[in-house]
Amino acid sequence: MHITAILLSRIQFASTVSFHIIFPSFTVGLAAWLTMLEAMSLATGRPVYRRLSDFWRSVFAVAFGLGVVSGIVMAFQFGTNWSELSRRTGPIQGPLLGYEAFTAFAVEASFFGVMMFGRDRVPRWFYLFSCFMVAAGTTLSSFWIMVNNSWMQYPVGYKIGANGAFEPTNWSAILFSRVVWVRFPHMLLAAYLTSAFCIPAVGAWHMLRGQFKVEARTMMRMGLGLAAVLVPVQLLFGHLVGDYTHDLQPTKFAAIEARWHDEQPASEVVIAWPDVARERNDYAISIPYLGSLIGSMSFTSKEVGLTRWPRDQRPPVVIPFFTFRIMVGCGMLMLALAWYGTLQLARGPIEDQRWLLWSIFAAFPLGFIATLCGWYTAEVGRQPWAVYGQLKTVDAATPFLTSGQVATTLVLFAVVYSFIFLFGTVYIYRLLERGPVIAEQPPIGATNPKRPLSLADDLDPITGAVTAPAGRVRP
Amino acid sequence: MTEFWVAALALTIFLYVILDGFDLGVGMLFPFIGSEAGRRHMLAAIAPVWDGNETWLVLNATILFGMFPVVYATLLSAFYVPLFLMLAALIFRGVAFEFRGKSTRMRQFWDAGFVVGSFVATFIQGVTIGALVHELPLQDGKYVGGPFGWASPFALLCGVGLWLGYMLLGAGWLTYKTTEDVQKFAFRLLPKLMFGVLAFLVVAFFSALYLHLPVMHRWIDRPLLFVFPLAGILACWLLFWSVSRRRELLPFLAGIGIFAAAMGTLAISFYPYMIPFSITVADAAAPYSSQVFFFWGAGLVALPLTLIYTLVVYFVFKGKTSVEPLSY
Repeated sequence: MHITAILLSRIQFASTVSFHIIFPSFTVGLAAWLTMLEAMSLATGRPVYRRLSDFWRSVFAVAFGLGVVSGIVMAFQFGTNWSELSRRTGPIQGPLLGYEAFTAFAVEASFFGVMMFGRDRVPRWFYLFSCFMVAAGTTLSSFWIMVNNSWMQYPVGYKIGANGAFEPTNWSAILFSRVVWVRFPHMLLAAYLTSAFCIPAVGAWHMLRGQFKVEARTMMRMGLGLAAVLVPVQLLFGHLVGDYTHDLQPTKFAAIEARWHDEQPASEVVIAWPDVARERNDYAISIPYLGSLIGSMSFTSKEVGLTRWPRDQRPPVVIPFFTFRIMVGCGMLMLALAWYGTLQLARGPIEDQRWLLWSIFAAFPLGFIATLCGWYTAEVGRQPWAVYGQLKTVDAATPFLTSGQVATTLVLFAVVYSFIFLFGTVYIYRLLERGPVIAEQPPIGATNPKRPLSLADDLDPITGAVTAPAGRVRP
Repeated sequence: MTEFWVAALALTIFLYVILDGFDLGVGMLFPFIGSEAGRRHMLAAIAPVWDGNETWLVLNATILFGMFPVVYATLLSAFYVPLFLMLAALIFRGVAFEFRGKSTRMRQFWDAGFVVGSFVATFIQGVTIGALVHELPLQDGKYVGGPFGWASPFALLCGVGLWLGYMLLGAGWLTYKTTEDVQKFAFRLLPKLMFGVLAFLVVAFFSALYLHLPVMHRWIDRPLLFVFPLAGILACWLLFWSVSRRRELLPFLAGIGIFAAAMGTLAISFYPYMIPFSITVADAAAPYSSQVFFFWGAGLVALPLTLIYTLVVYFVFKGKTSVEPLSY
């Protein structure tokens, strides 16, 4: 493949945004989890909820900090690498992404600090309220991102003005587009499920090590219990996202299905190796009629194939085809584990079911993998368009960038991000490994709410050693 | 409505420049004090506020993207490599700031990262201003300068000028926030930095004359412009006076005055151009519907809220930094 500046820009955007999404998809769910723990603690008075909330709060702080740091670059990348996109869609994307930034800062400004440092300084109901506001704020942030991205998938409420700029004519059509209201819940549930599998995984880990048994059981019970309810809801919303894609982004739908030719009734390709050059699938396993059933809820409908469109209007097939199947596969595993685990937990202690504990522990990346694969399906499937049907990705890039320039910044940020990621992961790992020990409140002024990384003060990032201050006993 | 967003943009840029200016300045002064105690003292003086200061940079970008998309697209793409360098420098500087206190073996490495990050980020900001004054190579509103079209001797000179300017702000902040050795060090440096800044301004003025920069014509057209340099001269005098009297807060305020004068000068000599002398405010402004949509939530609620929060933080952390900083 010829290495062009556009290809490198796409790699750069994909890698920075993939790196970034890991943290929000974790923290959006964690904020809700912390709110729930706080509410449970207030309602029942059981100390285990308080211990868990103190424990997960420090993890939340580090993940939140990494999300903020990795997000800064995103605010600039639209202008640097995609200047035509930002010049033409700025009137719509700019305010939407601007609202995201302002929401994040305003929430951070008012309630994040209370959540981090206010535990013993404000009334308990107000503390609960602050947790709720942080959760609401992170949710609102994801809302703006999803409105913006959904507009790129299915542009509405605009007219093309002078110089080809997209001018907003109807903001409520943009905010209440049918696409937003299936994709936003889909992403929100993905974030909740990511946390709902990370939390039991930490519980299972500590139970396997024979420590913090009460907390470990609570984490597994709450996490898997929530997942047992939410995974089916997520499957429903996944189906609805598929429905809109079928109707409004037919090229993406055909690529996901690896359907090359119109079929009536259509079969469903379960697994295959799509051969793009010859426009056919190798080693395909298909189920007749199922394609029509999935696409149109009928056994006779005609489903369109990619060859309807000229090659330069088709998305890549291999990536959406496989990422979609990986995402669905993760979903099925999550469903099985959530239901089976909840059942076993309801039947009694599971301390001796080592293989179940190991499975719950090993399931922690499922949510991340599913979320990333879902995004790859959505974004690669939208190609060759940046704004579906309106603005091609090749026309959205900065016209005068050279591949040398982009290669330089790509390497620069690969280094910076790996570096941050390495240290951030070590931090989070050490915090999780230490477990829900009774932590002291940091003295006010020792750190501040805008520097979450400084919360992990007693972790030496170089040696990774935990230096336990006096009064803090490791079990 | 456009006027509101021009004002909001000017305000957020000004806040960014003076706020992050002083902590970048402290970062650049950092290597010039020998003792570890002095260094910790300096860090403690900016610890509670530095990253709050950087949020204004993101808000600058945000307002540009939404309200002046043409300027956002043109500037960010024209300054492609330096902009990414600046972001990397700012991120690395932030990480170094957090980690230096937690390590002993790698402290020198983190110190170097903190200092180099401060110098690089400041230099690029100065170069950006210089390149705008010198005029970017644009044709029909499109950048045609190539990867290094922003680089001119004049722009690089402005990078050096901003080093001095931010160090001046940094030293002013230190006389206000610190005591003893560090404060003495800052008082000693202030007059030197002030002479440095004045020397830079003189050189910049004569190079602008020599280069026949179009910006100079606007000065002849608009004699009222001289109000700002006059205010700047007044602020310089105030700085010398306050240093000689060992006033603690006044040097910093005088430094802000100098920057306000400089920004006012630039703003009026550019106006109505946002990218001189090719793209005007009217060319760049987003449609009215975008501006109104952004106004009701971001302009009316979130921006004031962030301003109030900034004030609260500075109020909470007012007064002297303790000599034995807590977590460093």
